[in-house]
Amino acid sequence: MNTSAGGYAYLAPSTLDEVAQALGGAATDGLRRQVLAGGTDLLVQMRSVDPGPRVFVDIKALEETNRIEISDESVFIGSAVSASRITHHQGLCELLPGLVEAVYLIGSTQIQGRATLVGNLCNASPAGDAIPALIANRAVCQVLGPGGAREVAVESFVVGVQKNDLAPEEFVVGVRMPRPSALTSDAYLRFIPRTEMDIAVAGAGVSVTLDDSGACTDARVSIGAVAPTALLVPSAAEALIGSVLDEQSLRKAGEACSEAAQPITDKRGTVEYRRKVVAVLCERAAAKAAERVRGQ
Amino acid sequence: MAKQHVTTSVNGEEREFLCLPEQTMLEALREELNLTGTKEGCATGDCGACSILVDGTLVCSCLMLAAEAEGREVTTIEGIASGSDLHPLQQKFLEHAALQCGVCTPGFIVASKALLDEDPDPDETSIRYWLAGNLCRCTGYDKIVRAVQDAAVELRAE
Repeated sequence: MNTSAGGYAYLAPSTLDEVAQALGGAATDGLRRQVLAGGTDLLVQMRSVDPGPRVFVDIKALEETNRIEISDESVFIGSAVSASRITHHQGLCELLPGLVEAVYLIGSTQIQGRATLVGNLCNASPAGDAIPALIANRAVCQVLGPGGAREVAVESFVVGVQKNDLAPEEFVVGVRMPRPSALTSDAYLRFIPRTEMDIAVAGAGVSVTLDDSGACTDARVSIGAVAPTALLVPSAAEALIGSVLDEQSLRKAGEACSEAAQPITDKRGTVEYRRKVVAVLCERAAAKAAERVRGQ
Repeated sequence: MAKQHVTTSVNGEEREFLCLPEQTMLEALREELNLTGTKEGCATGDCGACSILVDGTLVCSCLMLAAEAEGREVTTIEGIASGSDLHPLQQKFLEHAALQCGVCTPGFIVASKALLDEDPDPDETSIRYWLAGNLCRCTGYDKIVRAVQDAAVELRAE
């Protein structure tokens, strides 16, 4: 491998096999590999905390990673798909409005031109906006590596603050989630002290399924920025299922989120404040998702 | 030997350059192609001074590797005017005094062009949200927003 004086090299493989080879090459030449998609976290981190040499493996030249696929059963979003492609995609906006609104909150217009949904997930920030929305939608990561393909539920994929479940030679091809039925919808809300371009103090992603009478038959609730990783909160979903999403059941779901949260106090908010706000966000996101089902 | 050879279209012209794998698109524009209209503000994607279009999409050139430009169509501030005729956005920024020191201006013009390409009639809120990633520390945003609104009117009449 030819590297620059600083120890960097750039590869842009165009097939999954070539990506595997590029990532696997570290075993022979000892050079660190780093997958590059949107680069909006990678280049900032490279300039601030981790300037070390590496081989960039750009995964944007592959057909698979650029795919947005909506079938009768599922929705697939490739790991090279940018936020702006997602927010401009009519099918995704109709089927997964909560996921799209979470993606729309990531950074500025410029950042959304490059940043990817899967990059937001792999970066594994506790406050990553897309992560609770993916968890609420039962998204699963499709991982490829030397051991072959494997699938990991998003709630298990993020294992700690800025830590994901990928082994060194693995990468994410995309995320797949069940296609929401006509009686299912989602919502994501976060709280920030300004109106735009900020990092969540707390966030909540909710997906609900209603029956014809308006009763909730299924729900998933996930909360962000109130624990080292986004959390799936089954007890909040249980409070919603079987109810007509009246005030009382929404409040119970919110309380379940407050209890599940393990927040810290930092410059963005205190433990007490985050516990309180995450409950409100859960209630409002559940109500908003239900409103969307009724409007479908 | 370790330099990357990149062939790309810049402002409608095919250009070739050599870059280091770790060099950003911003550095390549300014240092390899002598296109110094694109500015470096923060170098962390927060200020928008380095905004360019890549295949029509607005991006921060400080957060893109130069090697990634291979085969792409890049538009910079130098590609906005037609020869010596200023683009309506440029003309309206002058008329509304929507600039003082001018460092943020190329980024604002390129970002505003991307907005008007997508939405010829944006309301004030859409303009402010779209331009939230472009920071100006001297003019204030009102004049910039008014310049964009006025340019939109002119472009719609064309």
